[in-house]
Amino acid sequence: MKTAVIVFPGSNCDSDMFYAIKDGLGEDVSYVWHTETTLDDYDAIMIPGGFSYGDYLRSGAIARFSNIMPAVVKAAKAGKPILGVCNGFQVLLEAGLLPGAMLRNKELKFICQTTPLVVENNNTIFTKEYEDNEVIQVPIAHGEGNYFCDGRTLQQLEENNQVVFKYHSKNPNGSVADIAGIINEQGNVLGMMPHPERAVDDILGNKDGLRLFQSILKHWRESHAAVTS
Amino acid sequence: MPLLHHEPSPELIYGDKIYRQMGLSDKEYDMVQDLLGRKPNYTETGLFSVMWSEHCSYKTSKPVLKRFPTNGDHVLQGPGEGAGIVDIGDEQAVVFKIESHNHPSAIEPYQGAATGVGGIIRDVFSMGARPVALLNSLRFGELTSPRVKYLFEQVVAGIAGYGNCMGIPTVGGEIQFDPCYNGNPLVNAMCVGLIDHKDIQVGQAKGIGNTVMYVGAATGRDGIHGATFASEELTDQSDEKRPAVQVGDPFMEKLLLEACLELVKCDALVGIQDMGAAGLTSSSSEMASKAGVGIRMDLDRIPQRETEMTPYEMMLSESQERMLIVVKKGREDEIQEIFEKWHLHAVAVGEVIEEKVLRLEHHGEMVADVPVDALAEEAPVYHMPSEEPEIYQSFQSGQPWMPQADCLDETLINLLKQPTIASKEWVYNQYDHMVQTNTVVTPGSDAAVVRVRGTKKALAMTTDCNAKYLYLDPEVGGKIAVAEAARNIVCSGGRPLAITDCLNFGNPEKPEVFWQIEKAVDGMSEACRTLETPVISGNVSLYNETTKRPIDPTPVVGMVGLIDDVAHVTTVSFKNEGDAIYVIGRADNEFEGSALQLMLEQKASGRPPQIDLAIETKRQAQLLQAIKSGSVRSAHDISDGGLGVALAESLMDTGFGAEIELTGDPVTALFSESQSRFLVSVPQSEQAAFEKLVDDAIYLGQVTNQPSLKVATENEEILNLNVTDLEHAWKGAISCFMTKEN
Repeated sequence: MKTAVIVFPGSNCDSDMFYAIKDGLGEDVSYVWHTETTLDDYDAIMIPGGFSYGDYLRSGAIARFSNIMPAVVKAAKAGKPILGVCNGFQVLLEAGLLPGAMLRNKELKFICQTTPLVVENNNTIFTKEYEDNEVIQVPIAHGEGNYFCDGRTLQQLEENNQVVFKYHSKNPNGSVADIAGIINEQGNVLGMMPHPERAVDDILGNKDGLRLFQSILKHWRESHAAVTS
Repeated sequence: MPLLHHEPSPELIYGDKIYRQMGLSDKEYDMVQDLLGRKPNYTETGLFSVMWSEHCSYKTSKPVLKRFPTNGDHVLQGPGEGAGIVDIGDEQAVVFKIESHNHPSAIEPYQGAATGVGGIIRDVFSMGARPVALLNSLRFGELTSPRVKYLFEQVVAGIAGYGNCMGIPTVGGEIQFDPCYNGNPLVNAMCVGLIDHKDIQVGQAKGIGNTVMYVGAATGRDGIHGATFASEELTDQSDEKRPAVQVGDPFMEKLLLEACLELVKCDALVGIQDMGAAGLTSSSSEMASKAGVGIRMDLDRIPQRETEMTPYEMMLSESQERMLIVVKKGREDEIQEIFEKWHLHAVAVGEVIEEKVLRLEHHGEMVADVPVDALAEEAPVYHMPSEEPEIYQSFQSGQPWMPQADCLDETLINLLKQPTIASKEWVYNQYDHMVQTNTVVTPGSDAAVVRVRGTKKALAMTTDCNAKYLYLDPEVGGKIAVAEAARNIVCSGGRPLAITDCLNFGNPEKPEVFWQIEKAVDGMSEACRTLETPVISGNVSLYNETTKRPIDPTPVVGMVGLIDDVAHVTTVSFKNEGDAIYVIGRADNEFEGSALQLMLEQKASGRPPQIDLAIETKRQAQLLQAIKSGSVRSAHDISDGGLGVALAESLMDTGFGAEIELTGDPVTALFSESQSRFLVSVPQSEQAAFEKLVDDAIYLGQVTNQPSLKVATENEEILNLNVTDLEHAWKGAISCFMTKEN
């Protein structure tokens, strides 16, 4: 599986994502600079966290106009797995690939801590390796992670099983319905505020995020095997 | 020299003593006149005033700083460059430095703190290193004051705002609260970077004819005279100096960081220096002076954010996120290409010249022509009078203070609620301490630990200073500051390598303050020699006074240690039921300057705990050996609040309890702050090996699976507390202060 990690000016979790794929998963991974215009060579696309364009205007609002974004949209339409984490989630929202918007955290402070999540839907290409309703520990690190959408959108998300992760026991940022991560209707674009790429290594005391990447790889192998056989 | 129509003439600067407003004394002005052989114009007067400020020239602290040991086999770069560098093997090195941003933070806490972080990060990447961690050391007044709460909240937000955006984890630090910092908070930021030996850069302008380039953000009118402002006492009028505070843009700095790390791989680069304090003036004159050359610059080429900036404003601006570089002539295009990728300015603004002068041109005319050594090297050096304060003798000769504490349960709970001791979770949860995914030990343990990816190595790092001890006895306190930092490194499984220091003191023109500086430096130097941790970088922040009083002497020690194998990483927390608990070192009746004295008396008096550096060295070496041999499950330095607080901290969030038996006076055993002591837990199977390795280990009891802390003497229980009560007191204290209405 060949994975692209998109790098915008101000991305700062790009290397974390890179090493999660390279060392955690042991797969081929490359950085792709925001001025590039194609992602045809890649099987999976990662939009990492950070402060693209300094979060000026709104988080993700400028990055979504980058040259690379039409290629991201194209990959999304082609059904390739696309994962946006933290600022990457915000970019996916701004690009309209996922519904809703981000507000500042309820307490108006940046929060960095390991947080329990419930896997609400383990029947996605990103979560097959988790148990249904499993509680996992994943770090959050954001100032604007308070997910918001209107009532109708929320109803649709819930009905279609598009809410993939919810905060467990305590909602750290005020998100609607404790939402921590959502997927598109097609089931190949996942946006989440928590950082699975920070939880892939025993030495850092937590590997709960690794199975998310293993799920993507497993899916790719299965679909790849189906094509070649 | 031409005159700018609105600037005073050299005669007027002399006649009306205008130089005084810029911070130059009459005598210094006369020296400038002698050096130039004429009266300086307005721009030139400005150049001298900032370069000869204490902040840039160390003119009063230099004679004292010379006492620090700065050499060691593993030191690759000592003081004098952007940051110090220490070898960590495998052709790798660690780069680090601490710096203050106290005065700006006192009047504009968010930007003051943010740009303090920005400045120290630039110091590290200007050496060619990738910053891998940030730490800080903060001091505030009492949290009951609304002003102090505001300063605290905004300083933390400023540090978070800058560091988080940069993607550099803020992994550790320390915070203390004391009335002496009311109105004059301390904000010291430390940055640690990693570098391959081959990439090490220096701030030198070598090679006549080479091109001087300006890279990074454009120059505006912010921060003009920041260095001068930092070299004065804070007064009621200090708020008017708000324009002297810089404004930070971490996004810009992130771009500059990535561009500079690409730049250092390019062999067209000759030298690079951050435009920090005194901006263009210090970077150009210091780079030239160090290389024994001069620099000519055309100020019309300087990227400017505002219109009609004068040479004076451009040279003295402390706009952030800028670097001055020297590149091989004819290869400017390669440099420009790198910076264009990051949408940053990279403009040729001048050249290296043979004559050792800083020559500035503006609108086709020469506006300054000054010898670079005069600016960078020949600032006057002052040997300030020093006098032992009377209070010191009374501290030394008074009767020892002994605490009256009846209910030990209550005493421990109340100690845990003291803001200086309480958990700093409220603070560090606002810092991204995990980005870069290398943080093995997150904030809250003795030292933070960051692994060196691709190797078995890790770096342990900490900041420390108990200023109360220094207030009572600066020499002993200075020793303790270094020793405590080293203890924290050792408890984490590391070998202390070197220190960086930030000397925060009051007005050095007062003989009692200068005496404190001398004594503190003597004490620190002795500890550094004994523990073999030379001083490789640092910063001096004087004039930390408000109208009422100077701060307690606060020479903050930032220390980095090397952990050979991440398997040796150890934290403060108890790990297993049944593990044996030991204390290394006996407690004496040493309560003066202690957390207990501060809590019960609201002030410190007497002689601080004494320290024997030979014992310190021995215990540290033996504990480190025990940790490396796998005999130790947890290790915690015993500091503020003594063994009682250390026990509580080792139990937090573990789900375990402890049963302890103490000998001697219970208050002394629990709350004395006798030095060179450690709280350690050891698996039963390793007890014999551990006792053999560590001479002064005293068995105390066991880790239990009942979440309570039970302490007894031979025949009676003296303490019995639920761990949840300990956690509640310790964790809730600071957020409780911060949410309470006044």
